Amino acid sequence: MRNTLLLGLRPPLTEKAPGLEDPELAALASTVKEAAERALGRSLAIRHVDAGSCNGCELEIHALGNAFYDLERFGFRFVASPRHADVLLVTGPVTLNMREALQRTYDATPGPKWVVASGVCAADGGVFAGSYAIAGGVASVVPVDLVIPGCPPSPAALLRGLLALMRGGSK
Amino acid sequence: MSASLRVSPANGAEWREATRLLAAGEATLVSLWGDDGRMRMAVRQASGALSFVEVACEDGSFPSVASVHAPADRLERAACDLFGFTARETADKRRWLDHGRWPLRHPLGQAVPHDGAPDAYPFLNAEGEGLHQIPVGPVHAGIIEPGHFRFHAGGESVVRLEERLGYVHKGVDRLMRGANLERGGVLAARVSGDSTVAYGVAFARAVEAALGIEAPPRAHGLRGLMAELERIANHFGDIGAVCNDAAFALMHAHCGILRERTLRTAKAAFGHRLMMDAVVPGGVAVDLTPEGAEAIRALVRHVRTTFPGLVQLYDNTASLQDRTVGTGVLNVDLARRFGAGGVVGRASGRDFDARRDCPYPPYDAFSFEVPIRRAGDVNARIWVRIEEVGESLSLIEAMLLRLAGGPVLATLASAGSACEGFALIETFRGEVFAHVRLANDGVVARCHLRDASWFQWPLLEAAIEGNIVADFPLCNKSFNCSYSGCDL
Repeated sequence: MRNTLLLGLRPPLTEKAPGLEDPELAALASTVKEAAERALGRSLAIRHVDAGSCNGCELEIHALGNAFYDLERFGFRFVASPRHADVLLVTGPVTLNMREALQRTYDATPGPKWVVASGVCAADGGVFAGSYAIAGGVASVVPVDLVIPGCPPSPAALLRGLLALMRGGSK
Repeated sequence: MSASLRVSPANGAEWREATRLLAAGEATLVSLWGDDGRMRMAVRQASGALSFVEVACEDGSFPSVASVHAPADRLERAACDLFGFTARETADKRRWLDHGRWPLRHPLGQAVPHDGAPDAYPFLNAEGEGLHQIPVGPVHAGIIEPGHFRFHAGGESVVRLEERLGYVHKGVDRLMRGANLERGGVLAARVSGDSTVAYGVAFARAVEAALGIEAPPRAHGLRGLMAELERIANHFGDIGAVCNDAAFALMHAHCGILRERTLRTAKAAFGHRLMMDAVVPGGVAVDLTPEGAEAIRALVRHVRTTFPGLVQLYDNTASLQDRTVGTGVLNVDLARRFGAGGVVGRASGRDFDARRDCPYPPYDAFSFEVPIRRAGDVNARIWVRIEEVGESLSLIEAMLLRLAGGPVLATLASAGSACEGFALIETFRGEVFAHVRLANDGVVARCHLRDASWFQWPLLEAAIEGNIVADFPLCNKSFNCSYSGCDL
């Protein structure tokens, strides 16, 4: 049994970290006004908020924790309360039924804080834009610091985005 | 399925008869939904045949089904919210999807402006000495979808749980109205992202039934492969996550690896990790290359080598089973009465799987076991998932072996007149019912998609009763109901 479990993790499955020279990371970083690392050091607490997603983004955010992406090696961790968070990672077009909950989650997060919009729905409402039940993208409710595109963004794209937030940008 | 839809007379006699059958336990509710000026209902009789009835809402009201058959409650309330109908004789007049926050009421019926001021929502009460309430959500502590859970607890024990959902309502039904088939498919693929393939197939088959066309044989084979990859990816995720909620992170880590390998295989074979938009009306949008097929074969080989060790780990860890055995028991009678599909129903003795019992291609050409347990606890739901993974692996191998050649997409010729069709398609959570009505010009006039979770969510309220509050995440994860799929 022990062999089965240990062999399942060999060779090391963890993906190489995207370097600063990664063009996609550099492009995302250039959109960030102030790098979180400069403000907080190398540790970011992330609170995820589903504001109307189809659950596709959630699956890929979950995958960030698996042995391949191993988010915690970069100092990121998911926390259970916005009061413990530095970053809100928001998915979905913001539904009118979730707008107040998102606003209150944002208000409960202490500053300095960053908001990352994950996926095309969070960017501008995506395929749900124009619906009577949708407020729009995340930026229509709270200020957004970074948009990670994709439907859903792959874990690699999410990782690049979070690293860009940590390292990138100039103010 | 291409059975024609029976239109019943407007006097509601058939509606009342269907309601009587449901209340007597002689039929299972498949779905209940609103359409222009009428309510419609699909029921499955003991013989297995589906029948459709409808009733005109002449004065804006219709005879309530929920008043005698509880599983209809939320579907009925949702239809009333969207169309502005009133259910006569119902005890539960609370709105369901409409929280009062939209700029209008009755978006699919005679819409009236609304100021967006939230409605009050009186939760059902529980009374007794020392009882207290615990409100949870809509924003939850984990990386999951939003919904509100109202617990009444006596000490650590749950006395009553009531769910309030609707938070991720995106207005899919209205966006569907007037959509062309391409956009309709894109919307259907995003009703519940974890089941995007199955929803794609459900929408496509309903459209194909309406138009009277059949996708090419190779497309059927590829849809089946995608659906089974989707099933095992989700089952790996769920098995790991349930164990994680019992603080057994090791299982979660290893299942996470298997899930990731499955998604990477899907990407290699079908171009997208979740295979979103790969199924389209008429067939599939992406063909499988020999390299893609080999990637799938390699995945099956890998899972066959590694997964049995994990199953053994689960089976041999008494401290883990101490949390899962006897926890969150859903009794067999309730599962039957609510027509609970998927793992939730099959772990409580309901022997139903749309792939086998309402067969559609490619499943009509393959035989497979449908694992059943009767204990109805968290452990039973884990075992049904474990055994389904094994069945899916065999199905994938067989489908690859017998994959037809030829085109993967049929031409969609417009019927030139109004038409409708339906489909009942098995997702990893249970069956999704799709009903599509097309207008003369070929656009969608009405599309109703009923997720399996509509009949599973209410049962979670029953299963948690008497358990400790701390076991709620475990029970909830073992059900893994969809929020977005029901909120639409």
